[in-house]
Amino acid sequence: MQQFFEILTKPDNLPIVFLLFSVIFFTWFAWTKAKKNDAQGYPVEATLDDKVQVWPYLVRVEFLATIAVMAVLVIWSITLDAPLEEPANRALTPNPSKAPWYFLGLQEMLVYFDPWIAGVVLPSLIIVGLMAIPYIDINPKGNGYYTFKERKFAVLVFSFGFLILWCLLIFIGTFLRGPGWNFFMPGEKWDPHFVAVLTNVDFSEMWPFNIATRMPDGSLNPAAFIFGAVCVFGFYSLGPLYWLRKRNTDFMKKLGLVRYAIVSFLFLTMMGLLVKILLRLIPTFLGMNPVKYVWVTPWFNV
Amino acid sequence: MLEAFKKTEVYKSIFRHSYQDTQRNRALQIVDNVFLHLHPVRVPRHATNIGYTWGMGGITFLLFLVLTITGIILMFYYRPTAQYAYEDMKYLMNDVPFGPLIRNMHRWAAHAMVLTVMLHMFRVFLTGSYKPPRQFNWVVGVILLVLTLLLSFSGYLLPWDQLAIWAVTVGTNMARATPLLGHEGPFGPELGMMPDNDVRFVLLGGTEVGPPTLLRFYVGHCIFLPIIAAIFMAVHFWRVRKDGGISGPETPKKT
Ligand code: HEM
Repeated sequence: MQQFFEILTKPDNLPIVFLLFSVIFFTWFAWTKAKKNDAQGYPVEATLDDKVQVWPYLVRVEFLATIAVMAVLVIWSITLDAPLEEPANRALTPNPSKAPWYFLGLQEMLVYFDPWIAGVVLPSLIIVGLMAIPYIDINPKGNGYYTFKERKFAVLVFSFGFLILWCLLIFIGTFLRGPGWNFFMPGEKWDPHFVAVLTNVDFSEMWPFNIATRMPDGSLNPAAFIFGAVCVFGFYSLGPLYWLRKRNTDFMKKLGLVRYAIVSFLFLTMMGLLVKILLRLIPTFLGMNPVKYVWVTPWFNV
Repeated sequence: MLEAFKKTEVYKSIFRHSYQDTQRNRALQIVDNVFLHLHPVRVPRHATNIGYTWGMGGITFLLFLVLTITGIILMFYYRPTAQYAYEDMKYLMNDVPFGPLIRNMHRWAAHAMVLTVMLHMFRVFLTGSYKPPRQFNWVVGVILLVLTLLLSFSGYLLPWDQLAIWAVTVGTNMARATPLLGHEGPFGPELGMMPDNDVRFVLLGGTEVGPPTLLRFYVGHCIFLPIIAAIFMAVHFWRVRKDGGISGPETPKKT
C-alpha cells in the first residue's frame, strides 16, 4: 500500500489525480444539468437569453477565474518541485518505461494491439474521427444546451470513448501498470522480477475452432489466415448489414450512405477495441489462454 | 494631480474616454481596448455563466499565456545541447533566484493545460456546440488539441534526464511501426524502409533519441509549435465570434 501511495503522490502523477476528480465532477455536473433540462422540457439556458454588457459582467468573471487559476498554480509550484532525475543515460532503461501520462491510454492499447495499430492507426483515427464529428452528426437538436434525451447515441458514444477508453486507461496505465507493464492491484508490490505466465493463443486456435496458426514447419496456416480474414471482415460487415436492414428509414435517407459508412466504420473500430480487450480478459478470468491475434498475415497482425 | 493629468492630451490619447459608469462607457471599455475587444460588447446572460462553459476554453488560453511567459524566461537559462541541457536544469533548480518557481510553473501549467483542453472539448461536445454553424471551429479545436499534446510532449524531452529521454523513447518508438513509412510497420520493409531512413529517423534526427533529437524538439517546442498554435488560436477566437458568439439554445424563451 505504501508503494501505491508513493506512485499516487509522485509529482508528475498529480495531474492524473486532478483528472480523475475533475472528470468525475464534470460528468456528474453535466449530467444533472441535462436531466434538469430534459425533465422541464426546455433548457435553462433559454431563460438566460437577455443580453448583458461584457464590461463588467463577463470581464468580472474572467478576472476572478484568472486570479483563482494563478493562485492555484503558484501554490502548486511553490509546494511541489518538478521532477529532475538522473542525467539521461541510454544504457540504463528504467522498468517500466512510461510515456507522458496523456499518452498512457495509447500505451495501454499496446497490450492488446501491435504498435502499428495502437501507436499509429488509432491516434490517426481518433484525430480524424474527432474532426469528422460535426459533419456526421446530423441531429440538429441539443445545440447550445445540456441534454441527454435528444441525442442519446452521440452522448453515449462520446462519453464512452472519452471516459472509459481515454481517461480510465490513462488511470490504469499510470497507477496499475508496473515493471514489464504487468498489472498490479493498488497495494500490491511492484515486483520487477514478476513474470506473468501467459501463453497467448490466437483466436482461431481457441475452442471450438482449433485451427493452428502455424504449420508444423512454422509457415502460416492458410486455413487460419482465411479464418482470421473472415472474422475481421465479418465484423466490419455488420455496418453494411445494418444499412441493408434500415436503409429505407427516414433517418438513414437523411444521413446518406457516405456519412453512414464513416459512422459505422468509426463506431465498429471503437467497439473492436472493446472486443479485443474482452477477448483478452474473459478467457483469463475463465482460466483459459487469452487471445493474442484475431488475424495473422505475413505482413501484419490484428 | 491625477485630475490634472487626466486633462492632458497624453492621458486622453491613451484612454480616450472617461470612466463614468454609463452604458456608452461600458461599451467603449471593450471596443477601445485591443485585448478586450476580442469580446463582443454584449453577450447573452448564460454566456457569462461558469456553469455553462466551465470557463475551460478561457483557462486553457490563460495557461497558454503563462506558459509563453515562463517559457521565455526559461530560455534564458537553457542550452539545447546534450552537453549542457541537464547542467542548465540543475543550475536553474539550485542557483537561479526563483528558478525552481519558474520551472515548476511552466511544468504544472503545461500539465494543467492538457487537462483543461480535454475538459473544454468534453464541454463543447456535451452542449452540442459543434453543430452548425460551428462545425469548422470544432475542427480548428481538434488541431489545437493535437498541438497542445505535441507541445507538451516535445517539452518533456528538454530536461534531458532519465524521465525525459525514456518517455520520449517510448513515445517515438511507435513511429517505427507506421504502415508504409516505418521500418517495422506493415509494408514498410517492402518499401525499403530501414532504421536510418524511415519517419522515426526524420523525427529524431537519428536512429535513437540523441543530441540531434534534443535540438529538433527544442526548436519545435520553442518556436515552431507555439507559433502554429498561436495562429490557430487566433482563428479559433475569431471564429467563436463570427459564428455568432457562444452557442446557446435556438428556441426563444418558452413560457
Ligand atoms: C489550445 C486549445 C484551445 C483554446 C485556447 C480554446 C479556447 C476557446 C475559448 C476561449 C472559447 C470560448 C468559450 C469557452 O471558453 O468555452 C472556445 C470555444 C470553442 N472551442 Fe475551444 N479552445 C481550445 C481547444 C478546443 C478544442 C480541443 C475543441 C474541440 C475539439 C474546441 C472547440 C471549441 C468550440 C466548438 C467552441 C465554441 C463553443 C461555443 O460556442 O459554445 N476548442 N475555445
